[in-house]
Amino acid sequence: MNSLKQTVLMTGDEAVAYAVKQSDVDFISAYPITPQTIIVERLSEYVASGQVDAAFVPVESEHSALSACVGASLCGARVFTSTSSQGLALMHEIMYVASGLRCPIVMAVANRALSAPINIHGDHSDIMGSRDSGWVQIFCESPQEAYHYTIQAFRLAEHSEVLLPVAVNLDGFTVSHSSEPVETLSDEEVKNYLPHLPRPRLDYGSPHTFGVLALPTHYFEFKLEQAKALENAGAVVGEVVKTYPEPSGALRKFTVDGESGRVVVVGMGGAMGTVRHLVLNMGLEFFTLISVRMFSPFPGRELVEYLSDAEAIIVMDRAMSPGMASPPLASNIKSVLYDEGVRTPVVSVVYGLGGREPTTSMVRGLLNKVRSRVEAGSVKSHVLYLGAGGELR
Amino acid sequence: MTQVTKLEQLYGREGISPGHLACQGCGALVAVRQILLAAEPPFIVVSPTSCLEVVTSQYPYTAWRVPWVHVAFENAAAVASGVEAALRVLERKGRGRRQKVLVIAGDGGTYDIGLQALSGALERGHSLLYVCYDNEAYMNTGIQRSAATPLNAITTTTPRGKPEPKKDIIAIVAAHNIPYAATASPHLWKDLANKVRKAMSIEGPKFLHVLAPCPRGWRYDPKHTIKIARLAVETRVFPIYEVENGKYRLNYVTARPRPVEEYLATQERFAHLLKPENRHLLEEFKKMVEERWQRLLELATSSVKT
Repeated sequence: MNSLKQTVLMTGDEAVAYAVKQSDVDFISAYPITPQTIIVERLSEYVASGQVDAAFVPVESEHSALSACVGASLCGARVFTSTSSQGLALMHEIMYVASGLRCPIVMAVANRALSAPINIHGDHSDIMGSRDSGWVQIFCESPQEAYHYTIQAFRLAEHSEVLLPVAVNLDGFTVSHSSEPVETLSDEEVKNYLPHLPRPRLDYGSPHTFGVLALPTHYFEFKLEQAKALENAGAVVGEVVKTYPEPSGALRKFTVDGESGRVVVVGMGGAMGTVRHLVLNMGLEFFTLISVRMFSPFPGRELVEYLSDAEAIIVMDRAMSPGMASPPLASNIKSVLYDEGVRTPVVSVVYGLGGREPTTSMVRGLLNKVRSRVEAGSVKSHVLYLGAGGELR
Repeated sequence: MTQVTKLEQLYGREGISPGHLACQGCGALVAVRQILLAAEPPFIVVSPTSCLEVVTSQYPYTAWRVPWVHVAFENAAAVASGVEAALRVLERKGRGRRQKVLVIAGDGGTYDIGLQALSGALERGHSLLYVCYDNEAYMNTGIQRSAATPLNAITTTTPRGKPEPKKDIIAIVAAHNIPYAATASPHLWKDLANKVRKAMSIEGPKFLHVLAPCPRGWRYDPKHTIKIARLAVETRVFPIYEVENGKYRLNYVTARPRPVEEYLATQERFAHLLKPENRHLLEEFKKMVEERWQRLLELATSSVKT
């Protein structure tokens, strides 16, 4: 089927499903969980109606979903799954196996809070729990980005220098369930962009052993090779997006609004739209927004250039790291600054847990407060909890 | 499908090479060798974490001469589901070919931690043969009890003997209405080979439960593995039967079974049962063996009647 390029009203979930449909996947396995469910509902319709020639395996748990995906991927199939929250937590064990066995699986994560207390709404706690699982991690601001990045995720995952799984993150509800006009590519354009490339696979004709036992003599080297492959994803992403048929949708490691603001705001995901709106209104001479799209591998060196001249940096994390020095994004930013000898104060902001969306007034209040402190020369590194009773320490 | 009656009727390719790291007298490796020689190629083997995985895949070596994958402990049936479904699609799309899928798992990976994934794969109807080699405990981690450990057997986590009887895994898998489930023992190699062939010739999910005596875990001299497997069957401790499309059939019937004590006496894990002060435990064990045999007889008879 060869539909023309068109603009369609879609939610983030629908945009992901449509991208997967056009990506000629061979295998889909998933288990229902809010707010991801619409993705697999749409995909099962596409498979049932013959619009996608793929196996759809509706398993009995997320653990089995990712396990089945690993088996299928090792047969050479192009594989997709998606999940959220508790489902991702249940997959946690197999996430390390998927990256360790170098399976180029693409998984959409409609980010949702973790229990307890149970909560179906958006935050990034789920994926941050698997931060060190060796996956490429991409964050989308909008359904349009979810569409473009899902397609490019397959190309990046399957690159011979990478061969790693990719998680495409979209904030639960604010991106997964919000509709906006999404411009799509034609089926033909996507097909040409995503050739099926050969890689080692399970086959009786040439027997390979996958999933070996490695003792202290070899295990470390396996993990180093894997870490190198993840860094390669950062190195080849430019090449991967160069041929993407819609240049405006090309995956970037991060975007920068403004250039030399006195305060740089760094964040990820759907809420960055709200922040951008305010930053543009309040003046780019004072504020610069960096919206990170590729969280892993972390583009630290590239970011420093935009951070080193700031008088203060606000890092917005939609996850907590209880008991740790800083939440995940702030921790990375601070490491990068330290390595470069930069001692700029970092205001670490935790926001949006369990779906407490940052409103424009909340964010405006934050920006005004930091501006006045910068102007008074009194800004210091500290942590605050946006819309949740201020500062813990 | 011709019946295997001679060794030369087995397929030529040894699935496991010499030099693997299994203990002397490992019943699992004897069984696996027979299964792989009987299995009709082409096929792919999936194993969960297990003794088999540890002794065959230690990098930079592999004992596997057939394609093999290990992912984790509880998910072999789910991984196999993915392999089976993916190969079907890849053949249809001209980028691969269908190959039979064989799971070879231990009892812990089947009865306990892997039961959910197994049930899911059986319910979804994937075409695969799931083999459980049953050494009746977690041998890899040091002989801890599993749901397959027999009543009153001593393990490192049941130092006074296991109070609960073995889970009836065949009844569980048969309750999924799968086309074929059977038990087998490595001492009856023709029966085992023919069951593998038969199972692999059937579409849909199949299950084979193979007894795998373990010298370390059951505490006996490694040279007695096959003898002990034989005694397990001849005392009716491990009945040999199959369930084909819901119909039970006993494959090994002897009018005069050997006394259960003969089997128990071969292994230190049961040594306490033969002490006079534990006579009640012995009687309990024998009663359990007899009751299960009678139940199987009833199931087999009622299967014939219908």
